[in-house]
Amino acid sequence: MKTDIILSGVGGQGILSIAAVIGEAAVSNNLYMKQAEVHGMSQRGGDVQSNLRISDSPIASDLIPLGKADLIISLEPMEALRYLPYLSKQGWLVTNSVPFINISNYPAPEQVMAEIDKLPRKIVLDVEKIAKEVGSARTANIVMLGASSPFLGIDYAQIEAGVRYIFGKKGDAIVSLNLKALEAGRKVAETLM
Amino acid sequence: MSKHLFLGDEAIAQGALDAGISGVYAYPGTPSTEITEYIQASTEAAESPIHTRWATNEKTAMEAALGMSYVGKRALVCMKHVGMNVAADAFINAGMTGVNGGLVVVAADDPSMHSSQNEQDSRFYADFAFIPVFEPSNQQEAYDMVRKAFDFSEQFNVPVLFRVTTRLAHSRAGVETAPKKGQNNLSYPENSAQFILLPANARRRFKTILSGIPALSEASEKSEFNVYKEGSDKSLGIIACGIAYNYLMENFAGDCRYPVLKISQYPLPEKLIARIADECDAVLVLEEGYPFVEAKIKGLLGRGIVVKGKLDGTLQRDGELTPDSVGAVLGFAPKSEYAMPDVVQMRPPALCQGCGHRDMYDALNNVLREYENPRVFGDIGCYTLGALPPFRAIHSCVDMGASVTMAKGAADGGHFPAVAVIGDSTFTHSGITGLLDCVNENANVTIVISDNETTAMTGGQDSAGTGKIEAICAGVGVDPAHIRVLEPLKKNMESMMDTIREEINYKGVSVLIPRRECIQTLSRKKRSKK
Repeated sequence: MKTDIILSGVGGQGILSIAAVIGEAAVSNNLYMKQAEVHGMSQRGGDVQSNLRISDSPIASDLIPLGKADLIISLEPMEALRYLPYLSKQGWLVTNSVPFINISNYPAPEQVMAEIDKLPRKIVLDVEKIAKEVGSARTANIVMLGASSPFLGIDYAQIEAGVRYIFGKKGDAIVSLNLKALEAGRKVAETLM
Repeated sequence: MSKHLFLGDEAIAQGALDAGISGVYAYPGTPSTEITEYIQASTEAAESPIHTRWATNEKTAMEAALGMSYVGKRALVCMKHVGMNVAADAFINAGMTGVNGGLVVVAADDPSMHSSQNEQDSRFYADFAFIPVFEPSNQQEAYDMVRKAFDFSEQFNVPVLFRVTTRLAHSRAGVETAPKKGQNNLSYPENSAQFILLPANARRRFKTILSGIPALSEASEKSEFNVYKEGSDKSLGIIACGIAYNYLMENFAGDCRYPVLKISQYPLPEKLIARIADECDAVLVLEEGYPFVEAKIKGLLGRGIVVKGKLDGTLQRDGELTPDSVGAVLGFAPKSEYAMPDVVQMRPPALCQGCGHRDMYDALNNVLREYENPRVFGDIGCYTLGALPPFRAIHSCVDMGASVTMAKGAADGGHFPAVAVIGDSTFTHSGITGLLDCVNENANVTIVISDNETTAMTGGQDSAGTGKIEAICAGVGVDPAHIRVLEPLKKNMESMMDTIREEINYKGVSVLIPRRECIQTLSRKKRSKK
């Protein structure tokens, strides 16, 4: 198996927290992994992305070639569109529906949605709303991970184990809250697939 | 052996710890910062005495590490590429002295300028200083090569430059570690003249260094990191340096039909290069940064072998390599299935909401509107973002500390008002000497030291001047009556403006210190207290 993923969002939204769980699940599954991150200046509210590659054979490049990503996971809808040149023909886009507007020339949100609607394979969801229903807005990124989970090429049980590992230090209550968030995200994806 | 998921930077850090370093010396700079941070947080540093505190700048870091090497211990120095300019005097003369304990200097280059003001290639410094270079292609090699670099440094009595670029520094992969080595004992150079670069000694040292070059070249020929891979199609031979090797292999799915020479250790292995040139009709050079290897192989006139790369336009001269840019050269045209829609707008970074620099710039802009042609000389840090809307508050950003001295030069040339904006960490890094120049000539400048009590842009490392800024300025000779501390908050706007106006109108050196803790550092402290 081989899954090439682009994670995107705005600096400060925490795309790396999603990558951390996937990475943990991949490594404990004895898969190869490479993950290019963005540090430095862009983290101050600029566009950020991370290339995450998982495979059962060794991976050469840290960067995903154009048109080869199996999945784009985006915490922000306009940022999802920025990386479309990397999406493969059969690839999926999983994105948060709520814009993060910190620039004066942000396009009309309906225009952004219209572009997303054109894609044949996408999951669009309001992760913060779902996270609040689950019990805490802070689990929004895990809801996003849950919605992406059918496309990762990793067993769901392994992703649950990754969540348990990453949040383990924070106690059982936080772990079970995040597992609920993961499940809620996955359910949305399953109804929209 | 145990397996870890390491950033390239973390692999270097763990490799250095496992090589038995007694100290890391560094000034924060993207993409090198995480090396030192990893060592600071390591159990090794907690359990054994390892120097880990940030240095004031890259030059002091380089010199302290050389001192540690002098007494026989292993030392690591880390910096971003432009830090090499600051450390250059010490680095190049460390090439003259050689080492006692192993000395490895990591330079993290930033092609594509993700967080930098240029794309300079650190390999040129090593070439200039007769210092060998190790350039890993992946995270595992980064770990293995750091360990090797320390042994190599001691074996050949030279510092080693360890060159990485952004993508390796900031990409994670699985790394297997090997058993740890203990620290060196104190020992002193056998030849007491080695480190005394008086002309008479230096002339002898230079002969020693020159006579050592063949041994370094021979080591490159035999290096396990420089690998010649056979290929059936001899119409092209490919030389791939460091991380470029990965992009090559990505395109051929690991099975390249052309002969490939992977280079990760310099001085260049001439025999291996001659072999690929002799066997193939043409040579393609893939390297991150400047066409360093390409130019060397091509020579001045470029007659004889056909060399393709960045000099002949085969590859783009600027920006980092990608699997796509390398693939395009090899006939694998990159193909997008979906285009980026036109609605997508640029989203540049910005100062955080609630940041003290914002209030500082608002106050400064409000006052400067009262003057005919104000010029504000900026510097390197978060506050460089003051160049962007809505502030558009600075007119220059060149190098660490240049705000102070450029303001002085403008004032010397008759310009008024000449204002400098510099952060606290940048001020102690390279602004103090410039301020002394201002004081000695009573230059008519207003220096704003926007003090957020941290090195913010790189993630909030300790700042060397915290709690000392006024004392430093007074010590340099600024009249204490014209060292004015402000609290940059909206509610203080009127009083801030009054103070700024008074000091701009004062004919002489004034220092304004708007001081409020970085909100990122503050919230991190609050979280860790919980």
